[in-house]
Amino acid sequence: MPDLTSNCAGIISPNPFWLASAPPANSGDQIMRAFDHGWGGAVWKTLGTPIQNVSSRFGAVHHKGTRAIGFNNIELITDRPLEVNFREIYEVKKRYPKHAIIVSLMVETREEWKDMIKRSIDAGADGLELNFGCPHGMCERGMGSAVGQEPGVNEMITSWAVEYSSVPVLVKLTPNVADILPHGMAAQRGGAHGVSLINTIKSVIGVDIDNFVMEPRVAGLSTNGGYCGKAVKPIALHMLAELARSREFQLPISGIGGVCDWRDAVEFLLLGSSSVQVCTEVMLRGYRIVEDMIEGLEVYMREKGMETLDDMVGRAVPSFSEWGNLDMNYETVARINPDLCIGCYDCMVACHDGAHQCIFPGEGGVRIPIIDEEECVGCNLCQIVCPVPDCIEMVEIQNGYAPASWNDHVNDGATLRPKKGAH
Amino acid sequence: MAAPIKPDRSEAIFEDYKPALSEHGALLEANRCLYCEDAPCTIACPTGIDVAQFIRKIATGNIYGSAKTIFESNILGMSCSRVCPVEVLCAGSCVYNELHESPIAIGKLQRYTTDIAFEKQWRFFEAGEDSGKSVALIGAGPASLACAHELRRQGHACTIYEKREVVGGLNTTGVAPYKMKADRSVEEVAWILEIGGIDVQCGVEIGKDISWAELEARHDAIFLGFGLGPDSVMGLEGEDLEGVQGAVEFIEEFKLEQVNLTGVEHALVIGGGNTALDMVRELVRLGAPRVSLVYRGSEERMTGYTHEWAAGKLEGVTAHWQTQPVAFVGDEHGKVTAARCVRYNADKKPIGGTEHDIPADRIYLAIGQGKLGALVQGLEGVQTQWGCVVIDEHGATGRAGVWAGGDCANGGKEVVNAAAEGKAAAQAMHTYMMGEQ
Repeated sequence: MPDLTSNCAGIISPNPFWLASAPPANSGDQIMRAFDHGWGGAVWKTLGTPIQNVSSRFGAVHHKGTRAIGFNNIELITDRPLEVNFREIYEVKKRYPKHAIIVSLMVETREEWKDMIKRSIDAGADGLELNFGCPHGMCERGMGSAVGQEPGVNEMITSWAVEYSSVPVLVKLTPNVADILPHGMAAQRGGAHGVSLINTIKSVIGVDIDNFVMEPRVAGLSTNGGYCGKAVKPIALHMLAELARSREFQLPISGIGGVCDWRDAVEFLLLGSSSVQVCTEVMLRGYRIVEDMIEGLEVYMREKGMETLDDMVGRAVPSFSEWGNLDMNYETVARINPDLCIGCYDCMVACHDGAHQCIFPGEGGVRIPIIDEEECVGCNLCQIVCPVPDCIEMVEIQNGYAPASWNDHVNDGATLRPKKGAH
Repeated sequence: MAAPIKPDRSEAIFEDYKPALSEHGALLEANRCLYCEDAPCTIACPTGIDVAQFIRKIATGNIYGSAKTIFESNILGMSCSRVCPVEVLCAGSCVYNELHESPIAIGKLQRYTTDIAFEKQWRFFEAGEDSGKSVALIGAGPASLACAHELRRQGHACTIYEKREVVGGLNTTGVAPYKMKADRSVEEVAWILEIGGIDVQCGVEIGKDISWAELEARHDAIFLGFGLGPDSVMGLEGEDLEGVQGAVEFIEEFKLEQVNLTGVEHALVIGGGNTALDMVRELVRLGAPRVSLVYRGSEERMTGYTHEWAAGKLEGVTAHWQTQPVAFVGDEHGKVTAARCVRYNADKKPIGGTEHDIPADRIYLAIGQGKLGALVQGLEGVQTQWGCVVIDEHGATGRAGVWAGGDCANGGKEVVNAAAEGKAAAQAMHTYMMGEQ
């Protein structure tokens, strides 16, 4: 059986699955129940000066009958007394010594950081996570993403935390920036042991069209919240991969953003996360989802012949390149398997209206679309809309042209194949 | 060693009534599941399978884990996925019913997962460290198999004594072939036995080939899982005519051998339980041109499942409700030609002057099976009631070291009940045997 032990910036946990700093990690009782279900670690809901929350706090995007493919919240950091939180951290760590407890912190002054870090470590924290990411409420008070968006401030506070901490410090980054790299570098310069990303994305989840109020509605008003859940995964993967492939950035990464099942987790690991954090799917489905995540990861690793997470972390990072390096002479066309096609013609309409007009109705009353391979640009759209698995295959065409990228073409005059579909 | 199943037996022509799901179909259905907490489907399952979890694992592509979840609760999860009356158990409890929407096809999803597990020859369990204890299990049906498997996980040696030459009990000889055929049941037995350390001795009859005293001397505990006896008889005139036969006997015949219904014009099935409902649908598939049910009660009060009868009606079966045979009529060659019947009132009492003949050239009695409680007469302390072995909630009989489960104790329920009872008894037997030390 593969070994799932995770080491993220020196924080060791029996598996890479951590609860993210959020409502599911709000109290000792919850976190102990989560550990009983199999979670390897938990990032305690952010501690700072306890706040007061509003109701309601959450909103969701429901799409075509599936509930909450995206989610947002306007909840703030902990609303529980600090001494209660620290006492519970101590209790949980005592009862679950092998599980990782990372304490998320968000305060303002250097003295406050010093004090909170000391109390966290005294309580038994295995690591700290500096919340420089929250994009709602706290940022209006000069914390959260207000810090994360200013590399100078990020670096300064990180350096304080590292100075006061005897355990690994992770900086949690906000995605609400144009380029993630300067912010990762700021954390690195500040001496952080790792980063975690992404925090939630500044968002308006929807509008109540009968009452003309945005959601979630708090009396007659609303505000922007933090977007998360399955829908944000591509944004998280991008920011993760941007850091992971950077030559300058060298820190370990704890990946967050839309992890719902073991497949998502594998994607994060392959793009350089050494642990993954989960919140929304737990909020929607409970701690019990981790059983499948652990099993799915184990089976995947066994099938791939991987013994430890080191065999997989970052394995897909080298595939992330610049557009200018892609082989322009690589040619594919779509092929439909007539035995599997059910004749919905969704590929045809997508191709005609949204792509390159190369799929046509079947002939002689047979509802199997015909692809004009001379015109097909190999865009994948038909394969994406096809409801039948494996029915449309993108097949590589041997066109006789040697591989050549745009950069090769511009710099060295490499020959490109003729354009297709450009009339 | 068990006898092989013949490929050319009559049941081989049957097709699945509920065809297997494709991968695509399974994904669509699995993603429809609401992943209920404290789920009603799990509560309804006698073996308590965590249905929501195994279905979520199908949705994420973790089929190995899905199968593990099923088999962890029920080692007969493959056959149960096909033979369970899900309409009145898990699927019948699905919360979608509250929305008046189709419940999740739990049986089909369970079949999807367990079929893959069998195809890939996955193994999930290993025998426990040798405990030095030994258990005798009487009968090689679902109850004993579930019990033995659980005992092996605890390291106890197991010997199953089976009087027949086929293993699997009614799962092999009694299940309607449009749900599962005999060879699949035998395959399941082999799969279960792969845990190792379960010795199956076929052709051994208790009281004839081996005595209770010998069994008790040889083993530390005994599990009674011997099921039910032959078809009950009505004791009517003409019951011995050619063409009159017990339903369970006939079902076993076409499941294991060849039967010939050529020339049959009208087959009657006497009874209103689930064996009768299986029987009428099987006769249709075996080619009987006219098949009718004869039941002394009304359609509303029949004991067989409503969904099974609805399917039978769709397949062309007719019924004579509130009708009961009083004799069977034959021709000069001793072959049955009709059932002489009377009409019954709503209280299942005969109505005078209603005697009439229903012409029939085959008549199958599906009025229940005999109980084998008499088998335990040599075991002092083991009580029987209505021919069933009396047990407590852990399967214990009144005699120390003797447990029971399945049809011989519950009087004839589902495979899933036998599996649950066998497993529960194993856990109690483990405590008993290890507590002795």
